Amino acid sequence: MIRVILPTPLRALAHLEGEVQIQIDGPVTQRALLDALEARYPVLRGTIRDRETGRRRALVRFYACGQDLSNEAPDTPVPAAVAAGAEPFLIVGAIAGG
Amino acid sequence: MTSVRVLVGTRKGAFILNADGKRERWTIDGPHFAGWEIYHITGSPADPNRLYTSQSSGWFGQLIQRSDDGGHTWTPVGNTFTYEGEAGTHLWYDGTQRPWEFKRVWHLEPSPSDPDTVYAGVEDAALFRSTDGGHTWQELSGLRRHDSGMRWQPGAGGMCLHTLILDPAHPGRLYAAISAAGVFRSDDGGITWRPINRGLRSDWLPDPTADTGHCVHRIAQHPGRPDTLLMQKHWDVMRSDDAGETWYEISGNLPSDFGFPIAIHAHEPETIYVVPIKSDSEHYPPEGKLRVYRSRTGGHEWEALTRGLPQSHCYVNVLRDAMATDRLDPCGIYFGTTGGQVYASADAGDTWTPIVRDLPAVLSVEVQTLP
Repeated sequence: MIRVILPTPLRALAHLEGEVQIQIDGPVTQRALLDALEARYPVLRGTIRDRETGRRRALVRFYACGQDLSNEAPDTPVPAAVAAGAEPFLIVGAIAGG
Repeated sequence: MTSVRVLVGTRKGAFILNADGKRERWTIDGPHFAGWEIYHITGSPADPNRLYTSQSSGWFGQLIQRSDDGGHTWTPVGNTFTYEGEAGTHLWYDGTQRPWEFKRVWHLEPSPSDPDTVYAGVEDAALFRSTDGGHTWQELSGLRRHDSGMRWQPGAGGMCLHTLILDPAHPGRLYAAISAAGVFRSDDGGITWRPINRGLRSDWLPDPTADTGHCVHRIAQHPGRPDTLLMQKHWDVMRSDDAGETWYEISGNLPSDFGFPIAIHAHEPETIYVVPIKSDSEHYPPEGKLRVYRSRTGGHEWEALTRGLPQSHCYVNVLRDAMATDRLDPCGIYFGTTGGQVYASADAGDTWTPIVRDLPAVLSVEVQTLP
């Protein structure tokens, strides 16, 4: 199972607590992970990726295994430790403001 | 028993204030959607328990929430706002052309007759409509595609369609106001539009009386006098008596003719309310005194309403969607401030009381008069 940690506002929006665990069949890419997440929680559609372009929203970041994966191509496989469920995939609201 | 429900959108959530017809004791429910910007929360005239909310965030984008039980429970509905066809470009601050890009929903205007039909005014300026209770949205693209669209540019708050009036007397007639483009009218249900800005004067424009480019802050219409429109512009309070064909100034003796909201008494079409604000850069009340100004003569002559409002050291603003009236007698007037106060008057403005003092900055106030 893939472990995903959402930022607090999106957890509240989706009425969930703690980590999300999702099953993905096939290669675990960023796109596959987010597609599966949105399929399970439709309210998240448009909050992480722009509905029109499919691109990551500017102030949302993706971290895992101590790396910033925000600018990885959507079809790049996520780190093996995320795919194996050993490490979570973090969706983070960027620090913006003062 | 008659009651009043005040719907308040703030920078950090929505609040619902309730009172009976006396409007003396209030309950405060919220925050709903805590932490999110609520540009607008409003109810359907056809079904008061049907509410629509624009919920947005600079981080996580736009959602629309719907309630079918007067705001007790909410369901997210559709949040796809796709411009129809080629998005095109508009004027940017630096004189270049920039593509139209959806940012947020500023204003929701439910149909007076069908709870499932609701219009959305958005930034970058365009008009959308849903006929399925908010699940799907279709653009009425004739407005954005107007020949003048390439010359529209954002006001300081963004290039937003902030006011929409569905004319109760003329089927198919809609008014839309855009900062900073001006007022537009459709007579065919939103398919085609034309600017109706004759009489407006904006000295910051190369042509101060141009067809478009005016920074209109808010327009209001009394349902009993549909051809009369009132406008608070970025400088000047204006009036039209011919459905927007021509405008004339009614600022009269106001201490500042700058401001954002404008409202009309529910039972007296010639009684108008504005909140003068000092500008261009201050955006707080003149002399630090929060005063609503009322005209009982349809403009020109204004009186300051001060009883119960702070008359020293007050430096809040009142934004364009943050003033509304109920339909009781005497008429109730309500407004919210950027300091988080929601003030109410149950006597048409003679005296004021804060319902609540310390909310996040108030973006919008709507009032439902419930049977």
